[in-house]
Parts: sequence; structure tokens; C-alpha cells
Amino acid sequence: MSDASISASETPTGEAGFGDFYALLKPRVMSLVVFTALVGLLAAPVGVHPIVGFAAILFIAIGGGASGALNMWWDADIDRIMKRTQGRPIPAGKVTEGEAFAFGITLAVMSVIMLGLAANFVAAGLLAFTIFFYVVIYSMWLKRWTPQNIVIGGAAGAFPPMIGWAVATGGISVESVLMFTIIFMWTPPHFWALALFMKSDYEKAGVPMLTVTHGRRTTRVHILVYTLLLAPIAIGAAFTSIGGPIYLAVAVILNAAFLKGAFDIWRRDEVSAEADGYRTEKKVFALSLFYLFGHFTAILVQSMLAPYGIGSW
Amino acid sequence: MSFREPHEIHKRRFGRNLGLGLVLAAFVALVFGLTIAKVSNEDFSVPQQNESAS
Repeated sequence: MSDASISASETPTGEAGFGDFYALLKPRVMSLVVFTALVGLLAAPVGVHPIVGFAAILFIAIGGGASGALNMWWDADIDRIMKRTQGRPIPAGKVTEGEAFAFGITLAVMSVIMLGLAANFVAAGLLAFTIFFYVVIYSMWLKRWTPQNIVIGGAAGAFPPMIGWAVATGGISVESVLMFTIIFMWTPPHFWALALFMKSDYEKAGVPMLTVTHGRRTTRVHILVYTLLLAPIAIGAAFTSIGGPIYLAVAVILNAAFLKGAFDIWRRDEVSAEADGYRTEKKVFALSLFYLFGHFTAILVQSMLAPYGIGSW
Repeated sequence: MSFREPHEIHKRRFGRNLGLGLVLAAFVALVFGLTIAKVSNEDFSVPQQNESAS
């Protein structure tokens, strides 16, 4: 290679750093995947060898990361338009679209095969479906077509605890479906609370978001409705094998707080929201993060105490 | 004796190669660990040799 070629200020192809490829995996999303999958794995009534468990969580995380990379490959055109996403590796010119696609598809195939070999093929099948759902159903189809994109697309983020459960048990059960449903129903109010106070340029990118297509009043109503539907599911999980008195106490407190927050959001109009800089919306968004973390931590605590005969019904 | 300061692109390339090397080494270690865990499992049994085939 000549000096002329390496002195170019921009080297967009074939010369991305390790960190650029790591950024393609959406590390922050991956941390949520790891946590919820781990809770699903540990809450299951069947024990798993620690190395098998570690490998399974790693391959689930890699599968989640691969779908993030494939999402960035598909959405490169809109990522270039929106301010929030312009720093991502493809729009920033660090990784080419072809590289991102090759990286994502390789990791996706590898993670599914390795999860099948390390754990079982039910878990691997669920991981494959999750990747397919996030990339094809959400990114390619729903995201640019319907304002309910976040509702159905949220399912992709809800699968990890089900996969973790399947790693241990080799199947699907009421408990794993409940963990899925909690995240599935939690995603819309969580995301829409953010959408209310984040000035986003989805409109410019041609992505139909509920706040834009149906207005902010409708979004506020949707937040309340989803939170109302979520509460009985989250509290009901307390009476299954993953629940117990500790989980019940946590779920009742968190759901009461989340419902109050959703009610406050519904009651407000745009004038008062703008007047105080969307304080309530920001508070509910922060609470929603704590809400999910609290529920899954409570499930984890219940499963940790169960072998000692403490905490279960 | 003086060496030229490596260009930024060389540093980046080295970082990428080092990262990939470490990831591959970790993968080998993981597969080895998985193999040990699987064969140490009580359920594990060596496949029986088919007598008629020999």
C-alpha cells in the first residue's frame, strides 16, 4: 500500500476498527438481552451446567447483536437522515453496508448453530425466529409501514427470557410466555413515553410514528391502555412457579407507580407538558426502565431463594 | 535509529487483528470447555459400535 492511500483522511472501506464492528452489535440493547435471558435461564426449574449456561447466554447475546447489525445494514438510508443515528458505523462511513451485512449474517447463523449444539434446538429455533422477526418482520416490513411498528416489533425484544428458559427446559411453558408478555406489553408505553419528549426526525426519514401519524393525544391514551393491560399480567405472574411473595410485593408497587405515571401522562395536555419541559413523561420513561429491571430482578431473587425453601408460596 | 510513528490506519488494523485473534482464541477455549462439560455429563454415553458393520 502506498503512502498516498494511507494518508487519505477518510478510509471508509475495509479499514474499520474492532470497536466499529462491536458498535454494530448495539451493545446497550445486548445488555438487556443478556439480563432477561439470564433470568429466564435461572428461573427455570431445571439446572444447567455453568459452562453450558454461560455459552448459551453468550450465543443469545451474539444472536441479538447480529440482528442489530442486520438492522443497521437495512436502515442505513434512514440512519443517514436522522440526527440520533448519524454517528452509527455505516452512516459515519466507518463500515460499508456490505461489511455490516456479511458480519450480521455470519454471526446470526453461527449463533443459532452454536446455541443448538450447546443447549438444544428448541432454544436455537427460538433464537433464529427472534432474529428473523427483528430483521424481516420489524425492520424490513413493519417499521416503515405502520405506526403500530413498535408494538409488534417489541416482540423481538421480548423473546430472550423465553430462549433462556428453553435452554434449561428444552421447551416453552406458561411462565416463559408470561415473561415474554411482560416485555411485549411494556415496550409500547416505554417507547411512547420517550417519543413524547424526544424531538425526533422520524417524519423526515419517512418512518410512521404514532406521535406523528395519530397525534400526541392518541399516544397518551395508548400509553394508559397498554399500562392497564400490562398490570394484571405482571402481577398475575406472581402466582406461577417464577413468582412468590417477594415478586408479588415488587410487582404491586411497581405497577401502582407505573399506572399512576401513565394516568398522569394521559391527564396532561401538550401546553402543560411543554411548560414544565415534559417532566412527567421523562419521569415515567425512567420509571419504565426501573419497572422492567425490578420485575426481572424479583424473578431472579425468587429463583435464588427457592432451593432454600424461602420465598415461594 | 528511529522508527516512523505508525499511521492511524495501521494502529486501527492492528487493533482489529488483535481483537479478532482474542475472539477466536476465546471461541476455541469455549468450545473446549463445552466439550468437557458435555462429556462429563451423566447422560453422556459413547455411541455403541455397530457389530455387523465390522
